[in-house]
Amino acid sequence: MNQVGRNIPRLEVRAKVTGRADYTHHVRLPGMLYGKVFRSTMPHGRIVNIDTQAAKELPGVYRVVTGADIQKLIPEPYYGPAFHDQPILALDKVRHVGEPVAVVLASDPHVAEQAVQLISAEYEELPAVYDEVAAMQPDILVHDVLKPAGTFADLKHLKGRGGTNVALDYHLRRGDADAAMAKADHVFEHTFKTQQCLHLAFEPFVSVAEPGDNKLTLYTANQSPSFVRIEIARLFGWPENRVRVKVPYLGGGFGGKLYIKLEALVASLAMLTRRPVKIALTMEEQFYMITKHPTTFRIKSGVSKDGKIVARKCEVFWNGGAYADIGPRVAQKSGFTAAGPYDIDNVSVDSYELYTNRTPAGALRGFGIPQLVWAYESHTDLIARGLNIDPVEFRRKNLLRDGRPQASGTILNDAAIPEVFEAIVKRMNWNAPFDHGAGTLKRGRGIAIALKAVISPTTSAAIINISADGSITLFTGTVDMGQGSDTAYALIVAEVLGVAAEDVRVIHSDTDVTPYDMGTLGSRSLYHMGNAVRLASEDARAKLRALAAEAGLPEGTNYPPIEIFKKRFGMQAGNIIGSSNFVPSYTPPDAKGMSENVTPFWMVGGSGVEVEVDTETGHVRILRLVNAADCGKPINPAVAKTQLTGAAIMQLGFSLSEAMHLDGGQVTNASLADYKIPGIADIPPMESELVTAEQHTGPFGAKGLGESGTFGVSPAIANAIHDAVGIRITELPITAEAVLRALRAKEGRPLDDE
Amino acid sequence: MSTQIINFTLNGDPVSTAIEPHRNLVELLQRFDLLGARESCGQGLCGCCTVLVDDVAVSGCLYFGVWVDGKKVTTVEHLDADGALSKVQQAFVDCGAFQCGFCTPGFVLMTHQLLKQNPDPSDDDIRHYLSGNLCRCAAYPEIIEAVKRAAKA
Repeated sequence: MNQVGRNIPRLEVRAKVTGRADYTHHVRLPGMLYGKVFRSTMPHGRIVNIDTQAAKELPGVYRVVTGADIQKLIPEPYYGPAFHDQPILALDKVRHVGEPVAVVLASDPHVAEQAVQLISAEYEELPAVYDEVAAMQPDILVHDVLKPAGTFADLKHLKGRGGTNVALDYHLRRGDADAAMAKADHVFEHTFKTQQCLHLAFEPFVSVAEPGDNKLTLYTANQSPSFVRIEIARLFGWPENRVRVKVPYLGGGFGGKLYIKLEALVASLAMLTRRPVKIALTMEEQFYMITKHPTTFRIKSGVSKDGKIVARKCEVFWNGGAYADIGPRVAQKSGFTAAGPYDIDNVSVDSYELYTNRTPAGALRGFGIPQLVWAYESHTDLIARGLNIDPVEFRRKNLLRDGRPQASGTILNDAAIPEVFEAIVKRMNWNAPFDHGAGTLKRGRGIAIALKAVISPTTSAAIINISADGSITLFTGTVDMGQGSDTAYALIVAEVLGVAAEDVRVIHSDTDVTPYDMGTLGSRSLYHMGNAVRLASEDARAKLRALAAEAGLPEGTNYPPIEIFKKRFGMQAGNIIGSSNFVPSYTPPDAKGMSENVTPFWMVGGSGVEVEVDTETGHVRILRLVNAADCGKPINPAVAKTQLTGAAIMQLGFSLSEAMHLDGGQVTNASLADYKIPGIADIPPMESELVTAEQHTGPFGAKGLGESGTFGVSPAIANAIHDAVGIRITELPITAEAVLRALRAKEGRPLDDE
Repeated sequence: MSTQIINFTLNGDPVSTAIEPHRNLVELLQRFDLLGARESCGQGLCGCCTVLVDDVAVSGCLYFGVWVDGKKVTTVEHLDADGALSKVQQAFVDCGAFQCGFCTPGFVLMTHQLLKQNPDPSDDDIRHYLSGNLCRCAAYPEIIEAVKRAAKA
């Protein structure tokens, strides 16, 4: 029976519906201390004094730890995936409100919490910068000097650079955009902005460190356990094998729990106290951990009179907040596709990652792509409208197709751009007459389509163990945070080894036993780890055949594995271990930002939306939300579809309601009461379509899908609003207030600012 | 801090414990190794900490542990006490009505309560009744399907 392509429930269904699934949230260890964090209230300042005396004196407090204490353990206590810029606890300066300054440890978390209130800190206030465009000027410097981590070869040139907030600048030059723009029949130029929002996983950040004999074990809600292990080992000057990182199921990740978050802190505290230490953040504290980049995107296109885009210039400013996290990779990797899924001969891209005095920004379900699509698909729609060409026709004329070079110079291959686009057009019944409503309820429709280059180069390794009874165990470092990776891999193993997926046991994310994986991020796992799993399974299959030969069985024998083992070892004994390392090829961008091989696979996603706008209130009702994405050949189609739907609903929140509000650097809506995420009553009528294509290099033709559903949602809504009422929203989120203001401005009777 | 002795019925069994009055129901349940009710938002807004007290759903993060004295407490762990999944749990499995699973116990318990009050809910009834439970993975379409399936089971 074919295994790949079956619709099966996730392997862990029973544990999840009975409340027995394992999360780091639940970890309790004997003698464990709880840490509560004292945080900066100052967006930018020099630390003058930290007074911990009263906290130390509170009964039940075990210890209060500051940056100076950490420095006694680790002289250079700075961490981060791209830059070593983030102190475990603040040293000499604080750079954003909410930055950890001290930790209280106690056996009772309530005592620790109370003691935190007794700490006070004195700062010498420094001027702060919050806006990404303002941060381009070196008037206010968040960091004195850049400290690239050395992990990524293409960041090395930034080492020691000072006098700037630009953590990374990426530039792409294809053809001559200026010259082509000057000759173009029409030129369009717009600026779009996105807001600061965040992941808000329902299992808030949590990490536990347990010191042991010459080792340290971390239980952590993290999407990249291999990276945590390497980074903790680096900080302590240890070999990797002294650090064990275990990740059970994750209560949501979405890119928030990537790289290293609380791990360096709990590890240091455990080493200082020689006791297990747990830090579990509250929902409010998540607003001070990691966010999605606010952006400003200036986009300019030259178009010929017959509607062909001949040049496009993109300037993108990424508001990375106080610490780089993975922001520089977001700015660079998304830069490859900043001009959109279009066939344009002359492209220039300038993408800047900026330090500011906000909560740091990292990757959130799309690695920067949703911010870019918001701009380029809004802009593309405005061009079509400006030229009086149907937005579908205009896109169709300009879409990039397989065999053509993408802006980076890489030839497009296995990217179902036209197929996804036409699937949406068909479902939207675009050519049929459309009722634009009447009176104060106007209707409109919009469409958007996007392309992503997956993050590269990255490595995944997998191990298969066939026991002597023939039962199979897979060891993988992918973190299953709900995407169904364990189940997808079980299907792949089962397909290769001829068993049922339900009988494959998947052991995930325990670095003492599971091999290296770059991380569960950027929709990379199914492709990278999926390939590794397939190769390891094939390796095991080959070894099983060899074992049969050793046992003297004829070639092509159909003996069940248990008989082969028994024959070879005289009893039920022995193992077969299959293993693999998978890393796709990649060519780093040259001086012009170009590469013939920027990605192992392309992701394609898009949306179609119908809206109704109440012109008296600005309220927008989504009447219909169509999403489609290229999923290659799905491994587990039903689960794949939920990825598409879930991503689209998440993006609906980022489109319509979610925004962190700042006042003097303070987040003023840091709770679910004031930061509105989509609930069950907010879900519009939805259709999700998996566009089946073939990713020839993927495992059984599959490719990653976790982010694709986010891509098109925001601009499709803005385009539909434009279609309904003739206004253009250029900044997210699209609130009723923003729509009403635009409507009133268009009518020549603008609303007051307050 | 002083503790108070409380006696209550937990998933069918009489139990007794000493607890400080400031601890919430989620913390109380952790002492009994019942981890299906989870504190997430801490404000009674997400529903991850849903617990039934005398058959009424409460937010365990806002409900003091001492308040269950003399009452009947039912958690998600009790729904398959006879070894089989409840029809609601089975419907959630069949419809794939979750992703990460962190909020799932809350949805399952609320759905039990909904179907008790309204055995044949409409889509609007379901949306209204479950609007106090949030799912960041946004498995909402599958959750609505699961509730309808459980109603028919």
